[in-house]
Amino acid sequence: MAADTARATDPREALHGLANDPGVPKPDPIVIGDSITRTFGGLKAVDVDHIEIQRGVITALIGPNGAGKTTLFNLLTGFDVPNSGDWSFNGKPLAKVPAYKVARLGMVRTFQLTKVLSKLTVIENMRLGATGQLGEHFFPAIFKTLWRGQEDEVTARADELLARFKLDAKREDFAGSLSGGQRKLLEMARALMVNPDLIMLDEPMAGVNPALKQSLLGHVKSLRDEGRTVLFVEHDMDMVRDISDWVIVMAQGQIVAEGTPASVMADPRVIDAYLGAHHDTDLSELDEEALAEQVEAELEAEIEAEES
Amino acid sequence: MDFASIIDAAFSNAFGPQAIVFALAAIGLNIHFGYTGLLNFGQAGFMAVGAYGLAVTVVKGDMPFWVGILVGCLMPILLALVLGVPTLRLRADYLAIVTIAAAEILRLVFGSVEMKSVFGGSNGLTGYNEVWNSLNPYSSGLDLGFASWGKNDLWSMTVGWTLVALFCLLTWALMRSPWGRVLRSIREDEDAVRSLGKNVFSYKMQALILGGFIGGVGGMFYAVKQASVVPSDYSTNLTFFAYTALLLGGAARVLGPVVGSMIFWFLISGLGEFFSQATSGVDPLFPNWFMTDIQASLVRYILMGLGLMLLMIFRPQGIFGDRREIAIDGR
Repeated sequence: MAADTARATDPREALHGLANDPGVPKPDPIVIGDSITRTFGGLKAVDVDHIEIQRGVITALIGPNGAGKTTLFNLLTGFDVPNSGDWSFNGKPLAKVPAYKVARLGMVRTFQLTKVLSKLTVIENMRLGATGQLGEHFFPAIFKTLWRGQEDEVTARADELLARFKLDAKREDFAGSLSGGQRKLLEMARALMVNPDLIMLDEPMAGVNPALKQSLLGHVKSLRDEGRTVLFVEHDMDMVRDISDWVIVMAQGQIVAEGTPASVMADPRVIDAYLGAHHDTDLSELDEEALAEQVEAELEAEIEAEES
Repeated sequence: MDFASIIDAAFSNAFGPQAIVFALAAIGLNIHFGYTGLLNFGQAGFMAVGAYGLAVTVVKGDMPFWVGILVGCLMPILLALVLGVPTLRLRADYLAIVTIAAAEILRLVFGSVEMKSVFGGSNGLTGYNEVWNSLNPYSSGLDLGFASWGKNDLWSMTVGWTLVALFCLLTWALMRSPWGRVLRSIREDEDAVRSLGKNVFSYKMQALILGGFIGGVGGMFYAVKQASVVPSDYSTNLTFFAYTALLLGGAARVLGPVVGSMIFWFLISGLGEFFSQATSGVDPLFPNWFMTDIQASLVRYILMGLGLMLLMIFRPQGIFGDRREIAIDGR
């Protein structure tokens, strides 16, 4: 961290001193959204007045279940259509742009329930991620000489990423045979094949064991260090505290607070809406003490009742 | 019991023109269902528009045979566009409903009294085949001992198996390419493919057109090999027999549909001949109270259905399929 603070132009540095207000303007936003709403029946799932995502940092999107985090993801990436709203990515307006074009522009997402292609091998999953492949057009596809060179390049890049994510041993296995955590890794690595500016991870830590979590954290940080912007949804507060540079809190479809992790977690609005008063205390100790007291009291009451 | 004629029937049909019709239909379905996961239940419709495109152009339009072939190639492409544009954006089952309905509508229109002046009603159309017959280089049939074909069948088989080989080659070339990779990925999870920047709708449309085109060529082949197009030939069970052949051979395998339709016709013809012999004559093998000769022609389909059920239970990947690709299911 010491090395990072030395760099004056660090995009993370630029975030310090910003007000903790919902929708606060950022110095160098990659995504800017205005009055985005999406209703399901009578329910306003997303109702965001203004949102900006700082370029080159890791932004966490937190909030209780049903707060509209994944819906906002779906809207921004074109997987769902909003009732109203405009947003831009890298200065390009993105409202009503279909999902595949959003991805081509450099905004790639992963899914809460991982979507690996089970009956394709790991390396084929990776190769699919590369954009601009000549061999993906009908007529050139028929003649291998036309796309062999590009396929080799794509494969080389895929192998590099597989090695980085420690999936190289699984190269020829069907993706369906991977464990839950490995699927998360594969999905993240595959998204990188698109070479995105902004990568959006929907609960990257859900169902991942502690050891793998550590390496996933490392991978997410390395994405930022190579200049990409990361936006992720997560319920794991340790992860949010550990790696995010900025936190946006949603509740009931709206952004209720934003700020650096430390300041947001001290914000009474956030504690109210999401974290709960005891989010910082170690639950197991607290529980044990409370339980012991409770049991003691019950036993005493029983003894008293018998005596009388 | 005349075993020689049972064997002759089985082998003649396994390699004969009828198996080619089903092989072409099933190759198209393999592109749709096997590789892309599109449930096309209206392959008979694609075949019908191919066949009627040829026949109507030549007989009613008085155009040359080759113009008829060209129209027959274009009609299934047009049908794919008409069916695909509204349905391919929707969930997979909508395509199934729309295709089966479209195939039935087409068959009823082709057989209707109102349109008799164009499509020939339930008697269909004949008389577009002169060029085809004049090109026949064979002067006599062929008898191999275990199988035999007339000279017209030999000519059909020469052209037909060449077409089958060409389309298999095309399927193989396409499915090893990145294009084929996108199709197989769409079969697995189209949202994942979309999130990686691929235009899923366009790929599904390309697959629907290609598979429908191959089916249409199969329909045209059907029309020329039997010198007439009749609407009842393009009923829904044509589609489902083609599916049977595909599943028998193994979906998502280049040669699966070809071997599947050969086995399908081997069994259907062999069993048909066996049961017809077993129930005919003065002292039939199966007494009349057990099975009559009318029932005999249907029993083979019952056995075929039973066989298909057993196949799905014990070898769901078909004969050529890869067990791993079937056994693993992420969901």
